[in-house]
Amino acid sequence: MSTKPAEAQVQGESIFQRIVSLLELDVRQLAMVGALVLIWIGFDIVTDGIFLSPRNLWNLSVQMSVVGVMATGMVLVIVARHIDLSVGSLMGFAAIIMAVLQVQVFPIGASWNWWVTLLIGLAVGALIGALHGFIIAYLEVPAFIVTLGGLLAWRGANWLTTTGRTISPLDVNFQMIGGGIDGAIGATASWVVGVIAVVLIVFANLSARQRRQKYGFNVKPWWAELLILALTAAVILYAISYLNQYYRPRTEIPRGIALPVLILLAVTVFMAALVRYTKFGRYVFAMGGNPEAARLSGVNTRRVTLQIFVIMGVLCAIAGAISSARLNAGANSLGTLKELEVIAAAVIGGTSLAGGMGTISGAILGTVLISSLASGMVLIGWSTSLQQVVQGIVLVLAVWLDVFYQKRRVD
Amino acid sequence: MAENTPLVEMRNIYKSFGGVHAVEDVTIDLFAGEVVGLVGHNGAGKSTLIKMLSGAYTADSGKIFIDGREVTINNPRDARKYGIETIYQTLALADNLDAPANIFLGRELMRSGYLLNDDAMEAASREVLDRLRLNLPSVKEKVVNLSGGQRQAVAIGRAIYFNAKILIMDEPTAALGPEETAQVGELIHQLKKEGLGIFLISHDLHDVFDLSDRVSVLKNGALVGTVHTADVTKDDVLAMIIAGKLPEVATTPKSAQA
Repeated sequence: MSTKPAEAQVQGESIFQRIVSLLELDVRQLAMVGALVLIWIGFDIVTDGIFLSPRNLWNLSVQMSVVGVMATGMVLVIVARHIDLSVGSLMGFAAIIMAVLQVQVFPIGASWNWWVTLLIGLAVGALIGALHGFIIAYLEVPAFIVTLGGLLAWRGANWLTTTGRTISPLDVNFQMIGGGIDGAIGATASWVVGVIAVVLIVFANLSARQRRQKYGFNVKPWWAELLILALTAAVILYAISYLNQYYRPRTEIPRGIALPVLILLAVTVFMAALVRYTKFGRYVFAMGGNPEAARLSGVNTRRVTLQIFVIMGVLCAIAGAISSARLNAGANSLGTLKELEVIAAAVIGGTSLAGGMGTISGAILGTVLISSLASGMVLIGWSTSLQQVVQGIVLVLAVWLDVFYQKRRVD
Repeated sequence: MAENTPLVEMRNIYKSFGGVHAVEDVTIDLFAGEVVGLVGHNGAGKSTLIKMLSGAYTADSGKIFIDGREVTINNPRDARKYGIETIYQTLALADNLDAPANIFLGRELMRSGYLLNDDAMEAASREVLDRLRLNLPSVKEKVVNLSGGQRQAVAIGRAIYFNAKILIMDEPTAALGPEETAQVGELIHQLKKEGLGIFLISHDLHDVFDLSDRVSVLKNGALVGTVHTADVTKDDVLAMIIAGKLPEVATTPKSAQA
């Protein structure tokens, strides 16, 4: 007979702790949201209200989508006790392949050009990911080495493809993926997306509640359930109304949600579902927690490792598509040093380099945090060098806080 | 199944690693409702021998019979197919997951083709842990936050949920306090009553002696002999472990079937 957690732990808890446990909130992520709010308010004061303007937040949302897409995959990689240093180069290589096909191989202006090149780009990402994964899982070369090699090799391959030339301009439809002038869905569609999101969240939560009740498990009190749902809905709808105040140039027509942001949303939901609801996600975490136990339980750890890197490769290709579409060019330098931002986002978001721990939502929060820092520092007018110093300090600080927190919890 | 057919028989098993004979011509057996202790020094070959039954290693030569039928065990999946479940002291659990995730690891219950049925797994886990009289504050707690005895119960729950017939316990009490060791002892008695056969491995004789019906002693990869614990003293078995010599009353593996 298992006692209920809420009852077992009531004694010696503060009201705050009780509320948090009743709402089933993650204290760590709550702290991150707190830090983010402080950073946002701080930058907004220093920049005289520019930072939190619809324009800047809209741009921030577009800027973060490239790193965000890859950070969700990096969570899986790091949770499974691996690392991927090649994501920046891989994304650049996928982008240059798409650009070359689009501009030099397929007829320019053909209606099918953009999606065929995109699909081929994704396939290239998947294949390269599979190659990395195969060498790591079956030839047992450490991921650090394989992807360090990948970092060099794919950057070089990128250069060799076009002997360093920049390929431009890209297909007009393809450019929309980057969130340019026409790369957003407008006000009405944004509202539709928002309402659909709210409906889905409410439905998912209530049906999960119903299932738990069917098994006789204890569920959150109704007020807690409704409070969280109401808050979530309010945040989503307010964000949309706020972003809709950013207009197309010289008009009063709202841009609405940018396409790359929609792509990031879709990737995030997909990856979170993969982690939470599938065997694959469960095995990734089991391998990270105890690879030997996973293997002895009959988990095909090699295949899972291969699959992780295939997913990472596809996500790199998506990021490459967004990035080159936004730039309207396939360039040799595309994605340079992105691997560091991606790893930083995942780690700041609570992914433990020891493996076995990490969340997709945390990685997204981490992405928002480092993108906010970058955006804020640009607005203040700090030099790139100073920005790098600050980003480096923040990364170390975030991990130190995490170590500190983990230690205190164990003691 | 005839009374005198052993649940498990491992016959003339050999295994070497790069020229080193880890297991040489060892024959052991196990009957339903019986606990057989496997003892010997570190490196005597206990773990290697039993890993060939659990599917972690494959034997170089020798035969394995389950219920009198010869079987081939190439991996843990094969072993499970024959109702063989292994409980490792240190390797059994993914610490970062909760009890249901661990109990069902590799054999998850699904809601549809692709979706895990976490609620069903949680409900089944509660049932099986209740059967082991395990009081967890919450089954959704990560295993890392549980005590040694609780973790062991989760590992055993994992085995019995899938109707194991043959249980291999590798050093089940090595990391436990006296009270928790007693708990695991009770668990073993209960599983015996339910008709399971249990191989109990330990390098510590005192751990096994009280729980086992028979003890098989290994030394330097070879079988010294198998004795009924009722017929011998701990000192007799110690002599077997250290000097490799059989006590006078000792039974041979053959007469163990009597």
